[in-house]
Amino acid sequence: MADSTPGGYGSEPGPRPAPGPYISAVTNRTTNLVIRGAMLFSVGVFLALVLNLLQVQRNVTLFPPDVISSIFSSAWWVPPCCGTASALIGLLYPCIDSRLGEPHRFKREWSSVMRCVAVFVGINHASAKVDFANNVQLSLTLAALSVGLWWSFDRSRSGFSLGVVIALLATLATQLLVYNGVFQYTSPDFLYIRSWLPCIFFAGVITMGNIGRQLALLTVMLIS
Amino acid sequence: MTLRERLRQKISAAFYHHGLLCASYPVPIILFTSASILTCCYPLLRLPLPGTGPVEFTTAVRGYASPSHNPLGDPVERPDWYRGPPVAYIQQVLVKAAVSPWGSNLLPVDAFRPPLGQVFTLLEEIRNHVHSDSSGVQSLEHLCLQVTDLLPGLRRMQTVLPEHGCLLVSPGNYWQNQQELFDSDPDLLKTVQKHEPKGLHTSATLRDLLFGVPGKHTGVSHYSKKRVVTYTITIALSTYDAGFLGSLRARLKQLHPSANCSLGEEHMVHVHFKEEIGIAELIPLVTTYIILFAYIYFSTRKIDMVKSKWGLALAAVVTVLSSLLMSVGLCTLFGLTPTLNGGEIFPYLVVVIGLENVLVLTKSVVSTPVDLEVKLRIAQGLSNESWSIMKNMATELCIILIGYFTLVPAIQEFCLFAVVGLVSDFFLQMFFFTTVLSIDIRRMELADLNRRLPAEAGLPPPKPGPLRPREAPPPPRPSPHTITLQTPAFRNLRLPKRLRVVYFLARTRLAQRIIMVGTVIWIGILVYTDPAGLRTYLAAQVSEQSHLGDPGGGGGQPPHLGGMAPVFPGGDPAKALSVLPAREATPLPENQSQRHLAPGRVQEQPRGPPAATQVPWGAEDEEGWRRLSFRHWPSLFSYYNITLAKRYISILPVIPVTLHLGPQEAPETPRHPQDARLPPDPIPKFSSPDLQAADLTLYKVAALGLAAGVLLVLLLFCLYRVLCPRNYGQNGVSHGRRRRGDLPCDDYGYSPPVSEISPLLLRGHSMDIECLASDGMLLASCCLAGQIRVWDAQTGDCLTVIPNHNWDGAGGACDPESLGCEGRDPCVGGDSASEDEGGGFPFRRHAPPLRPPLFTDQPDLTPLIDTNFDSRLPPSSVHAAPPRGAAFDYGGLVERAYTEHEPPSPAAPDRGFACGPPPAAEWEGSVWAMELRGNLIAAGRSSGKLQLWDAVEGSLRCSNEEGASGITALAFLNNRIVAARLDGSLDFFTVELNKPPGLLQYRGAPGRGSMPPSPCYSSDDLISCQLTRSVLCAHQKPITVLRAAAGRVVTGSQDHTVRVYRLDDSCCLFTLQGHSGAITAIYIDETMVLASGGQDGAICLWDVLTGSRVSHVYGHRGDVTSLVCTNTCVISSGLDDLICIWDRSTGIKLYSIQQEVGCGDSLGVISDSLLVTGGQGCVSFWDLNFGDLLQTVYLGQTSDGQGVRQLLVLDNAAIVCDFGSELSLVYVPSVLEKLD
Repeated sequence: MADSTPGGYGSEPGPRPAPGPYISAVTNRTTNLVIRGAMLFSVGVFLALVLNLLQVQRNVTLFPPDVISSIFSSAWWVPPCCGTASALIGLLYPCIDSRLGEPHRFKREWSSVMRCVAVFVGINHASAKVDFANNVQLSLTLAALSVGLWWSFDRSRSGFSLGVVIALLATLATQLLVYNGVFQYTSPDFLYIRSWLPCIFFAGVITMGNIGRQLALLTVMLIS
Repeated sequence: MTLRERLRQKISAAFYHHGLLCASYPVPIILFTSASILTCCYPLLRLPLPGTGPVEFTTAVRGYASPSHNPLGDPVERPDWYRGPPVAYIQQVLVKAAVSPWGSNLLPVDAFRPPLGQVFTLLEEIRNHVHSDSSGVQSLEHLCLQVTDLLPGLRRMQTVLPEHGCLLVSPGNYWQNQQELFDSDPDLLKTVQKHEPKGLHTSATLRDLLFGVPGKHTGVSHYSKKRVVTYTITIALSTYDAGFLGSLRARLKQLHPSANCSLGEEHMVHVHFKEEIGIAELIPLVTTYIILFAYIYFSTRKIDMVKSKWGLALAAVVTVLSSLLMSVGLCTLFGLTPTLNGGEIFPYLVVVIGLENVLVLTKSVVSTPVDLEVKLRIAQGLSNESWSIMKNMATELCIILIGYFTLVPAIQEFCLFAVVGLVSDFFLQMFFFTTVLSIDIRRMELADLNRRLPAEAGLPPPKPGPLRPREAPPPPRPSPHTITLQTPAFRNLRLPKRLRVVYFLARTRLAQRIIMVGTVIWIGILVYTDPAGLRTYLAAQVSEQSHLGDPGGGGGQPPHLGGMAPVFPGGDPAKALSVLPAREATPLPENQSQRHLAPGRVQEQPRGPPAATQVPWGAEDEEGWRRLSFRHWPSLFSYYNITLAKRYISILPVIPVTLHLGPQEAPETPRHPQDARLPPDPIPKFSSPDLQAADLTLYKVAALGLAAGVLLVLLLFCLYRVLCPRNYGQNGVSHGRRRRGDLPCDDYGYSPPVSEISPLLLRGHSMDIECLASDGMLLASCCLAGQIRVWDAQTGDCLTVIPNHNWDGAGGACDPESLGCEGRDPCVGGDSASEDEGGGFPFRRHAPPLRPPLFTDQPDLTPLIDTNFDSRLPPSSVHAAPPRGAAFDYGGLVERAYTEHEPPSPAAPDRGFACGPPPAAEWEGSVWAMELRGNLIAAGRSSGKLQLWDAVEGSLRCSNEEGASGITALAFLNNRIVAARLDGSLDFFTVELNKPPGLLQYRGAPGRGSMPPSPCYSSDDLISCQLTRSVLCAHQKPITVLRAAAGRVVTGSQDHTVRVYRLDDSCCLFTLQGHSGAITAIYIDETMVLASGGQDGAICLWDVLTGSRVSHVYGHRGDVTSLVCTNTCVISSGLDDLICIWDRSTGIKLYSIQQEVGCGDSLGVISDSLLVTGGQGCVSFWDLNFGDLLQTVYLGQTSDGQGVRQLLVLDNAAIVCDFGSELSLVYVPSVLEKLD
């Protein structure tokens, strides 16, 4: 019944009072991009801090002398890096979707996104808390979990390939950093870290992509 | 593929039948489901409650060996954690020392200084103890737990706690285990107190750690009546050496025998500590829970179109939670013990199981046709989604099974839980949730039925059930002049937040309670902590009681009461008070270590002369560590960075040591010179004669405190009563129409007071009101009879009555004509006109209007208006006589003005002087359009005349008869009047203000250029109305709508076009084409927003500056009857009884409100968020942001068929609407306040 034809957005009468500052800010494309980027960045930073804590926790004693500082025990630049990366990924995914011309339609709901984030945290939790017999087992399990995450919440080929590429790149970058001595793993087990890193990266990419797509969807609804 | 299809069909059929079953027998199925949930959860009772409390396991000392890491099928049941060696073995040496008998020459310090001094010799003994056997020489140094540095944050404890050596703590640590320091310490208590933390503390304090017994049991105090000092020497051993410990025990017992001690020595207790949750663990945990809640929130938010959203959301959450509980219960039942941390994996389990199926079910069921039977709806909904549900479930099971084959124990366990949880979740969905959903749907259907029935039958609903908010229900008919808050506004009652907070506070009486509790606690603390207050008394009392009482009775041994007459039969009363040093009474250690003494045998065989003050040993001493905080050991070990989380310690049986110090021995211990200067011993105050007095004091204090508390409570209660009236929030009850349960409630179940706003009924018109105009201060109305009345918009008083002249003068001859005009009137429905024609009208015309007795206070204008008109015809009688005496003078003045200044207008003198036999040309016609600005009423008549009346005095100021065609619409802006005529022409008039020269000097100089938008025309001014321009063929067809604002005049016509004119020069700016039907509604406001609606149901938004169409939407089936814009949205109503709210910038329909059939089409916007619509005898207020019905105001009791056709929103937050022959003035200040 309501055949709503979206009216010309640009041809609004001049003296009409401009829409509220919030709406105009949100509907402005550049501002919108910045807002989305900022949101993704903060989500990335937050997740990096929390998951880092989860990893640190293995060696944390019951009464660590300085609990709060252990949150920031890794180098200061790690959370911002994670945040930037997640912002880039979260903006890249909807962009790629629109470029490929195949809008992502699978489970476009916030509850699904929340579920995805929860599973991602769960994967991290498992890698930090569960005692695995050996590293191969750990890597295989994490890989299976990550692929399961992709299958449950994404199911797009572009998402998968992008995730794999980014995960490999990120692993490479990390290894380069380690070789150059900029960054060191706490655990001496070198292979140990390297083996689970791509899986975690992959799961993270999928998650951030999911969030980014949802935000973009929101934007599309808002602008139209 | 065919197999798949067949499978699909079968599943669908099965679900269909299942849905039928569930919807048919809801109650038995819910009972069955609850029973099965409870059954499955029953094994959970055996699980330990979650918590961080330590768990104990007791083994025998004899034959103890450290448990191996891999338990080999032990027949003895042992807990899981009992594997491997413990972190440490704790050996406590419990020392009880007393100075006895107490001599009068002793200072209070002597009660604990010598006993404490003994610790150094004991320590020496323990440290130097060497046990040699076949395996070699063992000493404490080899066995004890070696500790290293304290944690860096504990520097201040460095002097007190041992470092780099054995973990051996005793009160001697206060003095670095050096007797000299102890001897030279002037104030022992101060030293002990020095290390106590300030403020409240829950964990173990240093004093507890060193003394090894709770602080109040140590007896180290000036006020201790017992004079028994208790402390422990705690040794932490890393390895268990039975030989060494046995010899140490024997040695200590031999040195310091405990006469009446029968502490058990055969059991050692292993204490396992759970993992403590630190901040580091807490942050990820909290994060996962936040994510979980967000997930649940976003999921349940999607439940829609049901009766009770919250109920179903709750049912969904209950489904998931109880399926998890069932899964844990079932796993436990089949022998699997959960080892995972439940709190940690719980969110993941919930997320894995998910709420999706539940939502899918709900969505599917509510999307089935509403008119089906509930059973069928449920069944159809189920079977529609059956395939996807089964597919999802199979997928999830597969994923989880893959997880199971990772062969990692933790993941396997998780997967097991998840699988069982999934299955039980499916079960619960199918039985529990479906049934709940069917109940919900049925309730909604009932509610629908309730709503629909009376609308058809015309009966008030028996009980207006809660309805969906978007649909205005037929109102229950209350008595007039009341405002009913709609019951369906239950959850959607949008009160502002602060009001909600206030209501919440008021409902729960939170503030009062908090103040009350706070005061009581404060007083309690005050009384307790007062230096001379209760604490001192209580402490003394407690120590007294525990001494005098019978704490050892549990062990079967009544302790010997110090200072009292011996009560046991074996004791020698004569020797009870004899002074004998304890050392001499030392019995053989062999006897002492006899463990299997029957409880009574100690008394029967008193060995040697009993000591004067026997140190009581009771069962509570056996495991004295139990009285310590359960964080005692973790905190002790944590100081050395040793965690006890998920590990255990073994606590060996204590070694009792009794020290009896004779009075002559006590002074041997060197007193510090300052000891004597200590405050005098308060103990005599409590000695036995004064004991009663002390008790009495205690009781007095207690009674006083109680009385004060009661008084306070009473006071607060009175205050509360005074401040908060009793019947708060129950105003509605007094009407007797609503029951308590029917009261509208907000989210918190609190019903806000119903604001009783009475609509003010303005009566006086004899026929239906046709035109309504207002400028904020005044209100002009015109009825079908042609009578114009002017009202005060603030008070509702009728100021002026302007009767229709041709009726007054012409008698019945004009009636058919005028009625004929009315029949042509586009604004009036045919039924009302014919009804009036039927009979009521002629009667009303001649007789004075019937005045209801309600408004007796209004000035009765009848004699001034009607009575004498027939008989006398003076020139001035054409004007309605105002209720003031000066009317005739003014009339004359006006007439003179007419004759002088308006020679071209032939109407005034004609009418004025030739009124006696009114010719046919004098027929003025009925008023078709009316506008009010300042105090001028512009009335456009069907005869084509434009008349200007003075609103206050009721005098005709000017008339213009240049046009012949009836004026269908008028606009009055600044000093211009635009009249649209029936033939499609548009006339622009200018109102000229000519001041009489004599009066000029008294007035300011209201230049015409600076004329305010609503100029006030003085009655002295002479007004002329001149036609400045006439656009003959503005439209091809009659102009239906005319609006003017912001210097623009917009006309809409039946020729499908909208034209925009500039007001100043009456130049046509644009002709807007876009509608495919006659224009029926136009809106323009000062911000140049132009919206038009047509008969085609389309709504167009135009840009007034460029004349381009901004958006074009189809919203209604049938005419758009009314259009209003706010800053953000466009509101339209149509003949289809639908009110649509559109987003103004995008043209997207936000939502629509379905109104009753035959509802009025009038709209008004009070504020940006408040919409008023007219209905059948009522006006309704809507919240624009949410589309919720806020209030419905009923205008009168007899509202049958009386729709509100016109509705004006005044500036002072009042609305005016017509209501048959009456006007209704409704003030909505409270609504405004709340919503703004």
